[in-house]
Amino acid sequence: MNKIKSLDDLRKMKQNMAGDLSIREKSTNPEKMIQIRVAMATCGIAAGARGVMNAFVEKIEKDKIPAIVTQTGCMGFCYAEPTVEVRIPGKDPVVFGHVDAAKVEEIVDKYIVKGELIDGILPVSFQTIEEHENK
Amino acid sequence: MAEYKNYILVCGGTGCRASRSSELVEELNKQLKIYQLENDAKVLTTGCFGFCEKGPNVKIIPDNTFYTRVKPEDAEEIVKEHILKGRKVQRLLYLDPDTNKHISDDKHMEFYKKQVRIALRNCGFIDPENIKESIERDGYAALGKVLTELTPEQTIDIILKSGLRGRGGAGFPTGKKWAIASKSVAKPKYVICNADEGDPGAFMDRSILEGDPHSVLEAMAICGYCIGAEHGLIYVRAEYPLAIHRLQVAIKQAREYGLLGNDIMGSGFNFDVELRYGAGAFVCGEETALIHSMEGKRGEPTLKPPFPAVHGYLGQPSNVNNVETFANVPIIILKGADWFSSIGTATSKGTKVFALAGKINNVGLIEVPMGTTLREVIFDIGGGMKNGKKFKAVQTGGPSGGCLTEKHLDVPIDYDNLKAAGSIMGSGGMIVMDEDNCMVAVAKFYLEFIVGESCGKCSPCRIGNMRMLEILTKICDGKGTMDDLYELRDLAHVIKDTALCGLGQTSPNPVLSTLDNFWDEYVAHVRDHKCPAGVCKNLMEYHIDPAICVGCGACQRNCPADAISGEKRAPHTIDQSKCIKCGTCREKCKFGAISIQ
Ligand SMILES: Cc1cc2nc3c(=O)[nH]c(=O)nc-3n(C[C@H](O)[C@H](O)[C@H](O)COP(=O)(O)O)c2cc1C
Ligand code: SF4
Ligand code: SF4
Repeated sequence: MNKIKSLDDLRKMKQNMAGDLSIREKSTNPEKMIQIRVAMATCGIAAGARGVMNAFVEKIEKDKIPAIVTQTGCMGFCYAEPTVEVRIPGKDPVVFGHVDAAKVEEIVDKYIVKGELIDGILPVSFQTIEEHENK
Repeated sequence: MAEYKNYILVCGGTGCRASRSSELVEELNKQLKIYQLENDAKVLTTGCFGFCEKGPNVKIIPDNTFYTRVKPEDAEEIVKEHILKGRKVQRLLYLDPDTNKHISDDKHMEFYKKQVRIALRNCGFIDPENIKESIERDGYAALGKVLTELTPEQTIDIILKSGLRGRGGAGFPTGKKWAIASKSVAKPKYVICNADEGDPGAFMDRSILEGDPHSVLEAMAICGYCIGAEHGLIYVRAEYPLAIHRLQVAIKQAREYGLLGNDIMGSGFNFDVELRYGAGAFVCGEETALIHSMEGKRGEPTLKPPFPAVHGYLGQPSNVNNVETFANVPIIILKGADWFSSIGTATSKGTKVFALAGKINNVGLIEVPMGTTLREVIFDIGGGMKNGKKFKAVQTGGPSGGCLTEKHLDVPIDYDNLKAAGSIMGSGGMIVMDEDNCMVAVAKFYLEFIVGESCGKCSPCRIGNMRMLEILTKICDGKGTMDDLYELRDLAHVIKDTALCGLGQTSPNPVLSTLDNFWDEYVAHVRDHKCPAGVCKNLMEYHIDPAICVGCGACQRNCPADAISGEKRAPHTIDQSKCIKCGTCREKCKFGAISIQ
């Protein structure tokens, strides 16, 4: 890994990450893949996020789903932990709440494999900086 | 393939459910069947949209149409018009109160989102243990810009003009603080991040550190550049192991990438960050106590001035800011002061993160623009009161804050308005209470906390708060007098005026605000020996109604204090001198013979 020695280096690095990813392999190429992000802040972990993360890892391995499972911080929905965000390239990210082992199966089988939305989606209840600016 | 053309998302949040959203789902399904559209559209129940006052809410995907106040009777029209014919049902669209027009344009369908994520912009989006994901979302770009294109003075000017005020509680203008620290001549100087977060129920700072540690590191480096410091210290409580772990990983990665360390981005500027662990004392969140604790001394405050900007860590000029304050800095640099100051109220710019807790449906971490009302936070974003109970009060500012009531619900939240209403913004704890909360007991809870956390250095706080707690305990036990109430008020003012540090100076606030807003409840405890909310145990008596009791003995067998006696098949009685008011008997009685009086 190269050190970032100037602002240009930083900008290049940012661009590289958003740029052509097809040449890169699975783990360093997250944007092309389906991403499953488990909210792993203290609150999520207390509600069982680790188990959910493991269940996803096992499930996608078993079913050979081209997806990667990563962690993220608190999404803010403490009332619905564990929460999981699924990003399918080309689609808006979808957040699911109260995820347990059964829900993991359902998310993968229905939403990821068939593209079908399922019950228990948590609507995005906030605006991002960009959305707020364009209002 | 089960890809539907349309999805009808029906809010299944508790608020909407109370207004018949489950019936609506049934009716929508029925209508889809009637119009033979089951394979074209699917009805889904979702979590809360955060617009509960206008619920039940329905959103149609993919055109993102948002319908409000939808009743089961409207199902047919939605299916027939929207799903079948592709025409929006105008009368169900949201009526914009400003323009009096229905919002039907997809681009403007975001109006129901009352939250704006600025400080939390990366929280829940990135993997906090992967610096690349941070960089991809403009992490360290503000630091790069500052180091390459701006002087420290210009940078401070941006922060000053943005109107950013400290999020740690007091709301001091951040740019002003940086300007003062930059003028101190002694070197070395220190940038300190206050991650002590001691308010009961607060977890805003923890969430930021766990979800987006790089924003804080980046901001600290920017601050270092502005004030002329090369050392950053984060004071984080040892009770936050995950936040500490994420910070350690982030610092290591930032060093590896050359974003912390010497000659950052070829600018010649050096900056590095270290962690310091606190033992979790509330007073150590106060900046002078925090500094002493970092120096390995007792965590006791000292009188200001001198301020840390002049005489801080190891006697050197130091700039202390809160985690959330820092988290706002990089984005202000990137987007500009005007952008930031366009959000919020006249005196308070930007957003505030709150940890929403208590008797509310959607507990969670939220971020709203300054100027949002308490009503919007509690009844829209928070989804309203749990179990349909009546709202009674909302506590902001933790042990330094106060309880606001119904009449404050439409106050736009900002530093000055909350203060004028008798509370404070604080660091962002917000606890919602309902009719079952006794406000005297709430005041007592906070005082118990304060008495435990007072460092004991000055007598108004050490002795005064103890005296207040004794009086409150007396009142809760039904032994208070009217004179006690007046004495409570006097004591509160004396402590406020004479305590050494912010802890003592603000500790009477929960008592004063409840005295002001819930005087009748205090009087009920004192004069009528009644706790209207049924919380204060010593003001309750459990009684068995002899007309209902069948003498089954269930209560007697289960009473842990052996307070119940009686012959089989004859009415039982409770010995009040033995009863510990645990309520077990009342739960166990199948005949409802036991009541509280
Ligand atoms: C008793 C007491 C506790 C405090 N606890 C905290 C805390 O947990 N976190 C915090 O950032 N500020 C806390 N403060 C405020 C700090 O003293 C200081 O004002 C703040 O860290 C400055 O940062 P800001 O200007 O960014 O808000 C506390 C103050 C007092 C009096
Ligand atoms: S006000 Fe309380 S916490 Fe502050 S110095 Fe005095 S005794 Fe210590
Ligand atoms: S449980 Fe109820 S009915 Fe049975 S003895 Fe106690 S009060 Fe009477």
